[in-house]
Amino acid sequence: MAAKKDKLTHILVPVHLKLSDKDKKALMEKYNVDIKELPKISIKDPAISHLDAKERDVIKIIRKSSTAGETVFYRGVINE
Amino acid sequence: MTLEESEHTYKKIGKITFGMMSPKFIKKMASAKVVTPELYDKEGYPVDGGLMDVRLGVIDPGLKCKTCGSKLKECIGHFGFIELARSIVHIKFIKEILDLLRCTCKDCGRILIPKDKINKHLDTLELVGAELGLSNRRKKVSEIIASLKTITKCPHCKEKQFKVRLEKPTTLLEDEKRLSPIEIRTRLERIPDDDLEVFGMNPKAVRPEWMILTVLPIPPVTMRPSITLESGERSEDDLTHKLGDIVRINQRLFENINAGAPEIIIEDLWDLLQYHVTTFFDNEVAQLPPARHRSGEPLKTLTARIKSKEGRIRHNLAGKRTNFSARTVISPDPKLNINEVGVPMVIAMKLTVPERVTEWNIKFLKKFVEKGAEEYPGANYIIRPDGKRKKITDETKEQLLEELQPGFIVERHLCNGDISLFNRQPSLHRMSMMCHRVRVLPGLTLRLNPAVCAPYNADFDGDEMNLHIPQTEEARAEAEVLMEVQTQLISPRYGLSIIGCNQDAISGNYLLTKEMKLPRNEAVDLLASVGISDFSGFSAKAELTGKEIFSLMLPDDFDFDGISRSVHSDDPDHIVKIRKGKLLSGIMDKSNLGEGSGLLLRNIHKQYGKDEMVEILGKIYRLGNEVLLKYGFTTKLSDTDLVGDAEGKVKLIIDAAYQDVDRMIEEFHAGTLEPLPGRSFAETLELRILERLNKARNDSGQVVADTTDQTSNTMAMIKSGARGNLINLAQIAACVGQQALRGGRIDKGFEDRTLSCFRKNDLGPDAHGFIKNGFKSGLKPHEMFFMAMTGRDSLMDTALRTPKSGYLYRRLANALQDLKVEYDFTVRDASGKIVQFNYGEDGLDVSRTEGGKINVKQIINSVK
Repeated sequence: MAAKKDKLTHILVPVHLKLSDKDKKALMEKYNVDIKELPKISIKDPAISHLDAKERDVIKIIRKSSTAGETVFYRGVINE
Repeated sequence: MTLEESEHTYKKIGKITFGMMSPKFIKKMASAKVVTPELYDKEGYPVDGGLMDVRLGVIDPGLKCKTCGSKLKECIGHFGFIELARSIVHIKFIKEILDLLRCTCKDCGRILIPKDKINKHLDTLELVGAELGLSNRRKKVSEIIASLKTITKCPHCKEKQFKVRLEKPTTLLEDEKRLSPIEIRTRLERIPDDDLEVFGMNPKAVRPEWMILTVLPIPPVTMRPSITLESGERSEDDLTHKLGDIVRINQRLFENINAGAPEIIIEDLWDLLQYHVTTFFDNEVAQLPPARHRSGEPLKTLTARIKSKEGRIRHNLAGKRTNFSARTVISPDPKLNINEVGVPMVIAMKLTVPERVTEWNIKFLKKFVEKGAEEYPGANYIIRPDGKRKKITDETKEQLLEELQPGFIVERHLCNGDISLFNRQPSLHRMSMMCHRVRVLPGLTLRLNPAVCAPYNADFDGDEMNLHIPQTEEARAEAEVLMEVQTQLISPRYGLSIIGCNQDAISGNYLLTKEMKLPRNEAVDLLASVGISDFSGFSAKAELTGKEIFSLMLPDDFDFDGISRSVHSDDPDHIVKIRKGKLLSGIMDKSNLGEGSGLLLRNIHKQYGKDEMVEILGKIYRLGNEVLLKYGFTTKLSDTDLVGDAEGKVKLIIDAAYQDVDRMIEEFHAGTLEPLPGRSFAETLELRILERLNKARNDSGQVVADTTDQTSNTMAMIKSGARGNLINLAQIAACVGQQALRGGRIDKGFEDRTLSCFRKNDLGPDAHGFIKNGFKSGLKPHEMFFMAMTGRDSLMDTALRTPKSGYLYRRLANALQDLKVEYDFTVRDASGKIVQFNYGEDGLDVSRTEGGKINVKQIINSVK
């Protein structure tokens, strides 16, 4: 438990969230994309191990940006 | 869909297999069998069954190809073949043949691996191929082959194996007895398909016996055209010559075999045929004398056509050449406009612009034709509406002038104001190729305004640049709209002006706006030389300040606030204040006028647009130059003199540092030195010595900066940012400082010491590359050596780094080249995959920002 908490609160690890099905659908419609056209993230990625994500889920990442201050990014979960 | 498109059939390529041509395939694709070395009959018509047979394609105008029925240029040619009297070894496969013979049984033809192990080898190959890629698979294959060479007994039929040896170039010996190509072929035929896979061969595409030729494909005549000389004689292509030899010897061999000639004669002819076929493929085989022309010049056969720099690939496919272009050395000309390029007269008379004759310009164009090609501005060619191109010479001039009418095209010499593209390699960003207006000048170099050196990264130590003249209206319009220097002023990288003042333009404006005062007549003189002729709104004062003169460059309603780098923050001139086009306070220096620095130029561009900015920038640039030209500017040796007690101060600083270092060394030897966290004693000492000596250099530099004449020209250049910095000055005047190699003091050379003039294990400053002298007072011999060491190191470093970083950049550019910002602001690749959800994460076009930011305050103010 301690180890899990450590890596998620680390300064270099941005916030990872799992999108709900509704949000996911809205995102797909907004950008008119299929999950395959999103950037990828491995199902085994330690940063999403606590989210219980499945293949074809979408992860929302909120991170710091040198140009925009804070920015959101989306990744589709893949199992490879 | 257009008509043209609908006529095409589209197919998608699923895969490509590379293989060898089987004799059957060669015969199938051939449209003629060649049986005679004769080329033409008495009438000069190609002989049937000869090498120039009309079934192989046509190269004479008027003749029709017998295979496809098309005329010259329409028919791409067709292959033929010859039946070889005896099999011939293909020189390009000799290594593979050798491997195959060595690794297969001479009797049963099986690979020399026991039955049960063959599959194991195949599996490892499959695995290596899938995991590590094709090249590693090939490596594995050659490993297997190497391991089979020494086996002396066939594991299948227990037959004894002999050593097979290659006697270069094409003879194979088994147990020192010669193997004829026929024997080799029968052996290769015996190798079963399944065993071939171990050799990395796909039996569907390659059968080993095809490496021994029984038929030879004859390339179409269209790839070996003959030339008709002026004397009417025909001169054949090298390949045709070579093929003629082959056919001739082949026929003789046939005849001799049929007549039952003695074996020795047949053998000789066979060898000769082998030689000719070998040199047909490659005339540069090491052990063979190259086949030559009668003149003694070696023939250029198939391999020579493809390989090396002059070969098809590097010369014709990878290397393209451009017409209507020029390349020479460049030199600066500050009197040119920023968007001009100076073109030498000789080049202007060679490069041309095609101009279509109309009712309205016929008079104008006739003047060019009248002058001819030898006189500027003339014309070199006239193109008639039917496409015929006529050269303008003294003889043809009269007639062409009469002929000239609307619809013709005149290729006239390059004139002032013509559009050109100017480029310097390496073309790393879009500003490396810009559109300039031509200005024809005397001299032999291409001239450019030094302000555009920055985007091209050019200097004048021998740099060459290229010039291209667009030949169509579309190309010219595109160049003008998209590429003209005006359109490239703001860098898409950081959103500031990439073209600005440099060198003299900066120091000139600095001196002018600092404290210069000019009598009215001199001021008018100066402004006139910059190109200002309207003095109507000019102040009537008898004496004008430099700031007032500079203000005349600016538009009347321009407001700006900025900072000067050249003066201290408590000086009133530190703040640049421009109100209503008047420079109220502040000094113009690099932070305001320089390339890629400050918002002054960026704001001018935003308020007044690109054309106005080029105009203003040109004026400011010329003003700076003219100031120096009129009032003189030079740098002198005494600018670097140490005045008063400065010399003593510098000596004190360095002596103190030496004493400190000595104390540290003593502490180190006594073991009382406090080590830094994570460092050993020796490392700590090194770091602290380095730190102390750098402080000494900086301190002495400060002394120099404080004591030298602040009004000297050298200081003017340093302060304005035109050239040079304080460290340069300190190194000349006081102390060069520590020479560093790989981040530390110099610690290389002899045993336990850097140079033989020092004691062993001397840790002092002198012994490890501290140079306490300045360049002006001169370096001691050992100091010179240390300097040379770091000098060589940095030279090597730059020489090695440039190609490395260049390649890195190239790969990056290739990887990112088809990324595109879509209308929803996402960045996507060619297949529509998202790379960024919002371009640059903030969705800003950097070239529309001011240094990457948007000044919201200013926008609100301007709306109010």
